[in-house]
Amino acid sequence: MQNTPFTRRLFLQRGCALASLAATVPCFIERSALGVLGNPLLSSNPGVPDHRILVVVQLGGGNDGLNTVIPYGDPAYFNARPQIAVQAPGGTGNTVALQLDQNAGVGLHPAMTSLKELYDEGLVSVVQGVGYPNPNRSHFTSMDIWQTGRLDAKGSGWIGRYFDATCNGTPIPEGSVAVGRTAPLAMEGNIQKPISFENPALFRWLGEDLHGSMKDPYDAINRAGSLAGTPAETQKDFLMRTALDAQVASERILAAVAKQPLVRYPDHALARQLRTVGAMIRDGMPTRVYYATMGGFDTHSAQAGRHGQLLRQVSESVAAFQRDLKEQGNAERVVTLVFSEFGRRVKQNGSGGTDHGTAAPVFVIGAGVKPGVVGRHPSLVDLDQGDLKFGVDFRSVYASLLGDWMKAPADQILRGQFASAGVVRA
Amino acid sequence: MEHPLTPLLKKDFDFAAALHLLNRAGFGGTPQQVQALVEMGLDGALDVLVEYDTSEPRKPGERSETEPPRDRGPLFANGEFRPDVLREPTPEEREALRRARTQGDEETIARLEAMRQQRERDDRAQLALMQKSWLQRMIETPRPLEEKLTLFWHGHFATGYRTIENSWHMALQNEMFRRYGSGEFQTLVRGIISDPAMLRYLDNNQNRRRSPNENLARELLELFTLGEGNGYSERDIKEGARALTGRTYRGNDFFFDKDQFDAGPKSILGKNGNLDGNAFVAAILERPECPQYIARKFYRFFVNDAPKLSRDGEECVVRLAQEFRRNEGRIRPTLRTLFRSRHFYAPENRLAVIKSPTQLMVQTVRSLGTPPREMKSLIDAGDLMGQQLFQPPSVKGWDGGRAWINTATLFVRQNIVIYLVTGRRPQGFDWSESEMSYDSLPLVEHLRDARGGLETSEAMRVLASFALGGSVAPERLAQLEAFLDNLDSSGRATAITNDRIKALLCLIGAMPEYQLC
Repeated sequence: MQNTPFTRRLFLQRGCALASLAATVPCFIERSALGVLGNPLLSSNPGVPDHRILVVVQLGGGNDGLNTVIPYGDPAYFNARPQIAVQAPGGTGNTVALQLDQNAGVGLHPAMTSLKELYDEGLVSVVQGVGYPNPNRSHFTSMDIWQTGRLDAKGSGWIGRYFDATCNGTPIPEGSVAVGRTAPLAMEGNIQKPISFENPALFRWLGEDLHGSMKDPYDAINRAGSLAGTPAETQKDFLMRTALDAQVASERILAAVAKQPLVRYPDHALARQLRTVGAMIRDGMPTRVYYATMGGFDTHSAQAGRHGQLLRQVSESVAAFQRDLKEQGNAERVVTLVFSEFGRRVKQNGSGGTDHGTAAPVFVIGAGVKPGVVGRHPSLVDLDQGDLKFGVDFRSVYASLLGDWMKAPADQILRGQFASAGVVRA
Repeated sequence: MEHPLTPLLKKDFDFAAALHLLNRAGFGGTPQQVQALVEMGLDGALDVLVEYDTSEPRKPGERSETEPPRDRGPLFANGEFRPDVLREPTPEEREALRRARTQGDEETIARLEAMRQQRERDDRAQLALMQKSWLQRMIETPRPLEEKLTLFWHGHFATGYRTIENSWHMALQNEMFRRYGSGEFQTLVRGIISDPAMLRYLDNNQNRRRSPNENLARELLELFTLGEGNGYSERDIKEGARALTGRTYRGNDFFFDKDQFDAGPKSILGKNGNLDGNAFVAAILERPECPQYIARKFYRFFVNDAPKLSRDGEECVVRLAQEFRRNEGRIRPTLRTLFRSRHFYAPENRLAVIKSPTQLMVQTVRSLGTPPREMKSLIDAGDLMGQQLFQPPSVKGWDGGRAWINTATLFVRQNIVIYLVTGRRPQGFDWSESEMSYDSLPLVEHLRDARGGLETSEAMRVLASFALGGSVAPERLAQLEAFLDNLDSSGRATAITNDRIKALLCLIGAMPEYQLC
């Protein structure tokens, strides 16, 4: 069987594990995989809603939360930001906030009209003042804290641990996909490793572009599985089986993204990534978690115009993605988290920008969310070294996504008890 | 009685054995270089590879004017790299900042902040330059084991730039590994507890008398010397941390802060007294677990990295640890014994290590003689394949072995060979042929007969076997034959051309076996 080309595809059709693991898969797993014969959505834990998907959108550089969700009800906001404040709804000027919650006195940056539409449709949960104790203002360290879900920023990623905790000791083929240059730490588990690619067109061997004659011999080499006489369990055997896996994954992903999407996506980096994610969901990939990233939020100077453009891209991308999911009939299956490693200083700096800060809002988007504004906006006067004090621990948001949405053991994954922020409908 | 470290018979040091040695003790070489080693014989080859000259006094920042920069002397010399890219603010700047703060002078604050940020950007740029220089050095060095050991110790005493954000500290550490990497193990351990980069990375600059920080003490035992749970207790970590108090740095230099040193009595690994950092290291190095742990790590790096070692493999590790101990922790004679041993050349250990991304790229250039292309592209590819120099994922270093391989890294691994062979980029759609063309014919030149003819099947077999590290499966030869047959049904005698060798190398580089060395 190992020498039959396309072995793993046969496996996949029966809902089994990776070819690279086939020889080592304990038989109880093989049996449970056969139990979902014909179902492309692999189930490893009975009773767990495997059809649910989590998409994470990471905004790198530290998004200015105070100019994203605007606390226009607090005069201290305007005092701290004379040049870059966004005006209250109904105000005058170029930047007037979109109303989110009049009682709470918070609005949305005017560049985020598309997100506002989703909000009005009840598809957005805005969690205010998300952060963690003893905030770290280094981009790298704070991002590592968010990605590991640990204050010491050490060890595997929180999404990686989700898979490790739920996959019965066997990585799920194409279980986690990062659309970006490198896989984020968040997706690195001890067992589960993500697939990552920046451009799906490059998730393949490029040699066939050199000359048409190269493809057949390449396929013969890489689709053979393990060659006869290769001792099992050796590095060579492992490599030959992984090579076959790679061909199947590549074929599957390229086929998925080849189709035209059902809606128009804008043409910028985050939108292209989410378009790829949308295509893979539509194609019924067994992927449970997708990851997309966008950078450029480190707005130390002259941020007013640029920050608006960045927020517009986020808002339009996420909205297009949401429309796509709706057209596909997959809107109920997907929840999207949008976060950044920290917010920015309350007081603007001398260059019309803002410096590294602490707590900031996150967005959770999808038909499965409990819509509305969650948590109180942090005080703009009771500060810690000029920065906001967090009200919601980011791990409470994770606890909600892991426990309520993915039905996974959140305490175990987060290595501690965090009350669910209750952002999704259980 | 014969055991795994029994020397190889002289007659068994053939071309394949020399190729194996050069790949493992270095980063491969051309067929001509391998043949030269064969002619030297095993001991002669080891003299060249292992007994390389380290006599020249070298300190980071010093460089002999008469030597070319990458061939001799420190890699990160003054002139090319600056020790002061990241400096503390001057007293004047500090005073200006203080004044601006009290006066609410936002403009000055912003200007000083911008200067600080510029220094940080410059430092990141310098680190990027250091990455390229080191890779270039691996490609060019006449002493490959020196760089291979530098890479080994970088993964062993893993320190990441992202955390310490000081390129010069990384450079100092790298030079230490290069200078002492084949010397005595104790020099490296003593060096690492005085190394600014490591002291910062594992928070020992915050390890103070009244508030000890255990990070360095723990990793020193768990990762650097004895191995997790091997012959030490939690109490040894706590007491060891006290022994390491006060070890910090000022600027680019180690600094022992007497006021922060805990001078009270301690009890570590059975030793008692007012122990300091050096006494802690001495106590560790007496433990039998230490040579065992390091020997196993050498074995996995140089001999075989399968998840489970064979019985012979386990016995070899035990013998190697004994040898390491007999040599009083000297690395060079220990490795020489290993590289001379029968076990090292046993069939089960040929092509039994998965190439690190760095090994994959450097070996491809050195063995096939391709142009090195753009270092920036190779650094980017290394990142995509999971190995960025100066950026190990954690203090554990790179796991190595199967952890290098997944479906995504496998494509990058295959595509980087295409880039090196053809100049076509591994990413993006920039497919313009690089200016550097690659003449691959020297790979088969030595196979020509007296009339200059080249027998295609034979040339292909030798080429594939060489590129794959010494052996090629008959199925693979058939697949390559089929490729050539399809190209050209006639005139097979002239079928070997530069372009065809390049096409063959792209296919060979896409074979799962190409990931092995």
